[in-house]
Amino acid sequence: MTHRWFSFTLLLTAMTPAFGQSETSWTVPRTPDGHPDLQGIWTNKTVTPLERPVALGNKAFFTPEEAKEFTQSTLDRTNKDRRGGGVRDVLNAYNAFWWDSGTKVLRNMRTSIITDPPDGRIPPLTPQRQAELQERALAVKVRCERPGCAITNGGQSGPADKPEDLDLMTRCISFGTVVPMLPSAYNNDYQIVQGPGVVAIDTEMVHEVRRIPTDGSAHLPPSVREWIGDPRGHWDGDTLVVDSTNFTGETRVRGADENLHLIERFTRVGPDTLLYQFTVDDPTAFTKPWSGEIPMAKTDGLLYEYACHEGNIGMKDIIAAAKADEKKAAAQAAGKK
Amino acid sequence: MANLSGRAVLVMFCATFTVLAQVPSSQKLQTIISRTPKGKPDLTGVWQALNTANWDLQAHAAERGPDPWTGVISAVAPGPGVVEGGEIPYLPAAAAQRKQNYKNRWTADPEIRCYMPGVPRATYMPYPFQIIQGSDTVMISYEFADAVRLVSMGNPGPAPADSWMGWSIGHWDGDTLVVDVTSQNDQTWFDRAGDFHSDALHVVERYTPLDANILMYEAAIEDPKVFSRPWKISMPLYRHIEKNAQLMEFKCISFSEDVLYGDLGKQEVSK
Repeated sequence: MTHRWFSFTLLLTAMTPAFGQSETSWTVPRTPDGHPDLQGIWTNKTVTPLERPVALGNKAFFTPEEAKEFTQSTLDRTNKDRRGGGVRDVLNAYNAFWWDSGTKVLRNMRTSIITDPPDGRIPPLTPQRQAELQERALAVKVRCERPGCAITNGGQSGPADKPEDLDLMTRCISFGTVVPMLPSAYNNDYQIVQGPGVVAIDTEMVHEVRRIPTDGSAHLPPSVREWIGDPRGHWDGDTLVVDSTNFTGETRVRGADENLHLIERFTRVGPDTLLYQFTVDDPTAFTKPWSGEIPMAKTDGLLYEYACHEGNIGMKDIIAAAKADEKKAAAQAAGKK
Repeated sequence: MANLSGRAVLVMFCATFTVLAQVPSSQKLQTIISRTPKGKPDLTGVWQALNTANWDLQAHAAERGPDPWTGVISAVAPGPGVVEGGEIPYLPAAAAQRKQNYKNRWTADPEIRCYMPGVPRATYMPYPFQIIQGSDTVMISYEFADAVRLVSMGNPGPAPADSWMGWSIGHWDGDTLVVDVTSQNDQTWFDRAGDFHSDALHVVERYTPLDANILMYEAAIEDPKVFSRPWKISMPLYRHIEKNAQLMEFKCISFSEDVLYGDLGKQEVSK
């Protein structure tokens, strides 16, 4: 591992396409149809943040010493017992013991997953999208001046009058770890299986499956919208390019709307590295496109079934608690009369 | 179908199985199905059963459905059954439980709640599924509930825990993909009629190409806690050959929430 780490460090001076050249004895494995074989179980767990800490400015890469220091301080912070009592106690109780973000920065030594814009941060939302989201937030705030709101998995307080009020993660519908494939609190594992004309990706987090046709077929009609979009793939040399559209606008992609156009690139760059690159293009939501990359690491473990919905006691408790809260307030109000 | 006698149903069964048994000669099969470089059939594609087994594995007549307000849309579609020999061999206590399940079927079937359907039910639900045949893993991705199985073609060791879709280990028996499924939990049903199993369920599936676009599917089922002997279902699976065939997103959770959480709703306190 030490040797490989060193190789990657050296490569930092080169551009990413040169990645594979350090592995002189390695050639891209191929499936019978001649395309690169992307199959295997890959993980994107990392302590590297999606957005670069503001203090780092335009510094895109860590030196090995800086990476060590950043890793240590991140682990120290997340390892803390963060319980402080109060209503948010349970949320805060999740520390590094519960998380599976690994103990390493990305192999490419970048200071953020986002590579463009150069400051490594998501560009501002368009004024129109900002206004939309503000309006929505205001409606939530107004509603939550009355009793019967709840804090959900997203950590936000919001109405819980009906299931649809709660976020997609609390409802076990989608965890935002699929489009784009970004690491989350745990279950950062993906299995790729390839057949003729199709690449399929099973996401361990709530078993979201993407079946990507590479047969040149067209996107679904624009009237059809899907939570994780409609992916279509094609091969650009040895890179699988996946183009996804037809989103609902409710997907958790940092403020994206239904015009989200996601472009992803998958390239085998070494025996145990799959380079994942993505661009989020959504002109009605973001003032410019943004891109990122994660060298995903091959892992030996197997994917297990995460039956989130089947065991979703949280939904019942959240709605029941909000209802009880409302009832209690109504009883108090009646008592005063 | 309602007036068919048991004998007629049995005769029909035999006829059905005779037709299905007309497998092309292996020499002919060699040329008409696509194969991997290793010579095994390539089962990659979008498949679907074309029967009413999800309503009831056993022979059943058409029947009024659960929701009178949707009229014929929710009616039970009749079917001659897919169980070899016609009957599921329940142990006495289990037969009583099945009766109870049948009585409660419009509220107790896990399908209502968008729970992963388990094996073999996932195969004959009225939705397509996609086989993606990789080099050492065969993924079976089902449209319903985004259920998925990763069939290991090697030895992954024992299951870490029981699960909804079980632990699938595959191997080839000639041109047949054989999948051994263990470690399913006891929460799924076989159909909307309340046919059920325990956590001791062991299923051996066989996927055999009959030609380029038809698979013969067979599931041998044993569960000593529920059945007096092993039994079998079989049915053809058809490839979707239409140009735009694909699985669509059917994250059915959002359609189950009224049933699951509706009684916690706020209607009575919102005034």
